Amino acid sequence: MKTVTLSAAYMPLVDAAPLIVAQEMGFAETEGIALDLIAAPSWSSLRDMLAFGRVDAAHMLSPIPIAMAMQLGGVATPLSAVSVMSVNGNVIGVGKALEQELREQGFGFDFADPFAAAEALSKTRSRTLTFGVPFPFSMHVELLRYWFGATKLRDADIVIRTVPPPLMASALAAGDVDAFCVGEPWGSVAVEQGVGALLLPGCSIWSFAPEKVLATRTDWADMEPDLLGRLMRSVWRAGRWLAEPARRGTASELLSRKNYLDVPAEVIDRALTGQLTISSRGDQRDVPRFVEFHDGAASFPWRSQAKWIAHRLAQFHGSPDGFDADVVSQVFRSDLYRRHLASTASDLPGASEKVEGTIRTEMPVASARGGLTLLPDTFFDRRVFDPSQGE
Amino acid sequence: MQKKLTVVVVEEDRDRAIGIVDALKEAEDCEVFVIGNASSLARKIAAHAPDIVLVDVDNPTRDMLEELTLASGPLDRPVAMFVSGAAGGLAQAAIEAGVSAYVVDGLRPERVKPVMDIAIARFAMVRQMRNELAETRRALEERKVIDRAKGLLMKAKGVDEDAAYALLRKTAMDQGRKVVDVAEALVTAAGLLG
Repeated sequence: MKTVTLSAAYMPLVDAAPLIVAQEMGFAETEGIALDLIAAPSWSSLRDMLAFGRVDAAHMLSPIPIAMAMQLGGVATPLSAVSVMSVNGNVIGVGKALEQELREQGFGFDFADPFAAAEALSKTRSRTLTFGVPFPFSMHVELLRYWFGATKLRDADIVIRTVPPPLMASALAAGDVDAFCVGEPWGSVAVEQGVGALLLPGCSIWSFAPEKVLATRTDWADMEPDLLGRLMRSVWRAGRWLAEPARRGTASELLSRKNYLDVPAEVIDRALTGQLTISSRGDQRDVPRFVEFHDGAASFPWRSQAKWIAHRLAQFHGSPDGFDADVVSQVFRSDLYRRHLASTASDLPGASEKVEGTIRTEMPVASARGGLTLLPDTFFDRRVFDPSQGE
Repeated sequence: MQKKLTVVVVEEDRDRAIGIVDALKEAEDCEVFVIGNASSLARKIAAHAPDIVLVDVDNPTRDMLEELTLASGPLDRPVAMFVSGAAGGLAQAAIEAGVSAYVVDGLRPERVKPVMDIAIARFAMVRQMRNELAETRRALEERKVIDRAKGLLMKAKGVDEDAAYALLRKTAMDQGRKVVDVAEALVTAAGLLG
């Protein structure tokens, strides 16, 4: 088989691991492809590189292709989320000033309870609270808004501002933002630099939030089914490889290389093991499944996840004329996932939608091979999202 | 007479900024403002109510500008990434040259094109210079590592410089690696053992 080179863009984050591992550990080679991995300087550049054909595929924030399908933002090339690359993996944190105030209140930084954290934050003296997020269309923004909306922070004076992840620590240090929601390793980097403390993991708000997707242009996906299948299978195998705890050390070393994240392996390891250091005093907290690449059909692009995102975007930005969540959610290509991953050991769920937020403990479900167990997908306020009805 | 175009260039490097401003002003009767990187970028830009915003593709603060494209953003007028079909492959050319542009919706392509042509030429030139500089630096770094590896081999094996280099090259060829990679491995190993 002749090796074909595919170019793929990524942002330097822990959850770009499946693409990097696919190339470095030979999963791409097994499928007869080579990945030319390009680190993007910003999410907008990454989106433009994909939309205008500079790259074939990208590691992308899950709400971006949905926002584009809803005509939000500047570019409207149809994109397809062919699989979910990672579930969860964000942290919410505060700068030094807020950390100090929270400690004076006696807040314990349990890194688990969104109600308690909101209660404590709402009692701080601060005027306007400015939260930094990586991009206007991101799970970070959606998790924050969901959290605010269901807690005492509902009526607080809060501003959400875009700050590129590698600059988050310096924005905190400079006082440009008071708090943040960011993907790892950048929260841990802020802790390492002594400019902030971690308040909550993203999964404490939604325990199974689709964080990044593997995205391609829809016309490319239609025109290159063979290459797409090879790409999807190699990324899926990389995710399965990453799910083995014994491989985390190797994965951290790979990601820490200068040409990838250029962050010490020890800091990357925290997200992969779920053992996070939450403050410069060295307090540690364990978060099982802090980031998930494979288990519980993590890479399956559920239409219901896409609908949740579409509903949230429509609520905040207004819905475009003729907005139909059913149509928009087809950006999550469960059809392509089924077609291209049937030949792997992947066990495919029987349905492509589920009521989000109803699985409280690991649950066996109907699947192609009968061996699939889904993981908890609850929202912290126990509300559920029925994709046939909206919220 | 048409209203003068207002162009905002986001650029931290003063010399580069001046170059872009001069080139734009020469070609087009327009107002040009330069803004350095700052956290309140979107607000500063909005204060100028520009028709066109130019920013380096590699500039990470570009994501802050995305807020401008949202209807609820600080600009009253929606701003779109320039994707007009009427002006041919301008968007692609811009991305290859390393400039991204935000253009107020409804601005006629014939008014945008001259500005973009200049911006593309200018950014492409700067990008090429930057690539060459990076290349030169890399070559220098590599030579340093190779020199150190040669020194280690000469000392350890008592061979002369040419023999040391030949040994490095042979090892690299046998292992299908670059000479500099082998040299780096040797220097690292020597550092650990030494």
